[in-house]
Amino acid sequence: MDFLSEHQPEILPGNRQLPPTQGVIEAPHGTTIVAVTFPGGVVLAGDRRATMGNVIAQRDIEKVFPADEYSAVGIAGTAGLAVEMVKLFQLELEHFEKVEGAQLSLEGKANRLSTMIRSNLGMAMQGLAVVPLFAGFDVDRDKGRIFSYDVTGGRSEEHGFAATGSGSIFARGAMKKLFHDGLTEAEATTLVVQALYDAADDDSATGGPDVARRIYPIVTVITEDGFRRLTDEEGSEIARAILERRLERPDGPRAALL
Amino acid sequence: MSTPFYVSPQQAMADRAEYARKGIARGRSLVVLQYADGIVFVGENPSRALHKFSEIYDRIGFAAAGKYNEYENLRIGGVRYADLRGYTYDRDDVTARGLANVYAQTLGTIFSSAAEKPYEVELVVAEVGETPEGDQIYRLPHDGSIVDEHGSVAVGGSAEQISGFLDREHQEGMSLAEALKLAVRALSRDTNGTEREIPAERLEVAVLDRTRPQSRKFKRIVGRQLARLLETGGASTEAESSEEE
Repeated sequence: MDFLSEHQPEILPGNRQLPPTQGVIEAPHGTTIVAVTFPGGVVLAGDRRATMGNVIAQRDIEKVFPADEYSAVGIAGTAGLAVEMVKLFQLELEHFEKVEGAQLSLEGKANRLSTMIRSNLGMAMQGLAVVPLFAGFDVDRDKGRIFSYDVTGGRSEEHGFAATGSGSIFARGAMKKLFHDGLTEAEATTLVVQALYDAADDDSATGGPDVARRIYPIVTVITEDGFRRLTDEEGSEIARAILERRLERPDGPRAALL
Repeated sequence: MSTPFYVSPQQAMADRAEYARKGIARGRSLVVLQYADGIVFVGENPSRALHKFSEIYDRIGFAAAGKYNEYENLRIGGVRYADLRGYTYDRDDVTARGLANVYAQTLGTIFSSAAEKPYEVELVVAEVGETPEGDQIYRLPHDGSIVDEHGSVAVGGSAEQISGFLDREHQEGMSLAEALKLAVRALSRDTNGTEREIPAERLEVAVLDRTRPQSRKFKRIVGRQLARLLETGGASTEAESSEEE
């Protein structure tokens, strides 16, 4: 990024001047991303909907990307800008690794993403915000970690679970009731899909599992073995199992009262 | 003010070439070989930190003999070129041919500019294809020319002698273990014909493996895996490469 800003500043996402506009620019927005840690790793998942105002712009958008072998980014906010930001972020991590011969630390990666979000502040003020969720496996500490951001690039580490995007309030509520420290990988992947289901239930901009079109949330797992995206079969299996149970209990699993 | 001596351009160029060749010859040789599943880089390198081989891009690897600071400079330039290309266009638009051309331009300009000393480096840029026919290996001598190589290539100190040996011994479709052992045999032949032993910990080995599931095909082979490849026959390479993933 430093090299680009010296040599070809025009291709950096943050370096564009926008003409003054009235109101909000209409562009597809991505919605809900959730993440959960479990002993041995972290799960990052996202729904598939992009909205533009009250219109569904895309049903099968992909919003969770591997950043490198041990980390992933889920994006909420203006889709076009966010995808470009992720592309640049992936490039930076790979470039650093090749030039230095070593990977950046997880903290280093999280800080770098923070700078990139901050450089987008001008656009965010005009309604084109990008708010990602960053999750990765910290090989030094041997555990999964989650970092959440705000539009100004403020970074905070989340313990246990986190969510971003328009449905995040509902997703976080669901995760709060379902999360505990000793989740297995299979439980964690089910938990994130439950949370996304609850987000889609109450937030019109978040897409639920689409059985007719076979569009299911993207679920990724990062452990010491690296990044892995669940296959379509695995994803649909989780979503179908949840749907099956929700036929009996539409609000999902019930937590204990005390 | 004294008048400088007249030196004919031929003489000046010959002197510069001589200077660069001597610098390169001081370093140890390294070889790049095609094998059935990709391209293997083998060299003698006592240092664990200063690599002679490295990854440039998904399918492109880089090998250099000569002065470390000079080829490191070129390597970083190559990584920047490749990453910038891949970001601006697409990952598929970064090719070894393009990169070799950039290197040739750079080396050629430095070689013929009177203000700078010529770089004492010789480079190999290799790209692994989907099939062995798609593999490309380019050798770039110090003066900025490009040589398109097939099968095997050696650069550095006793390159001529080693590549002569490799031309005779190298076959298409070798397994990784076979290619590796051939490379070590080639490197351990001294100029006077005697052989010396190169222990595994002094070897630097890397592959561009077309069977790797990731898009980045470059991988270093170190430690136990290297020792196993060196001692076993060719038959067990399959199991080893899958175990490493």
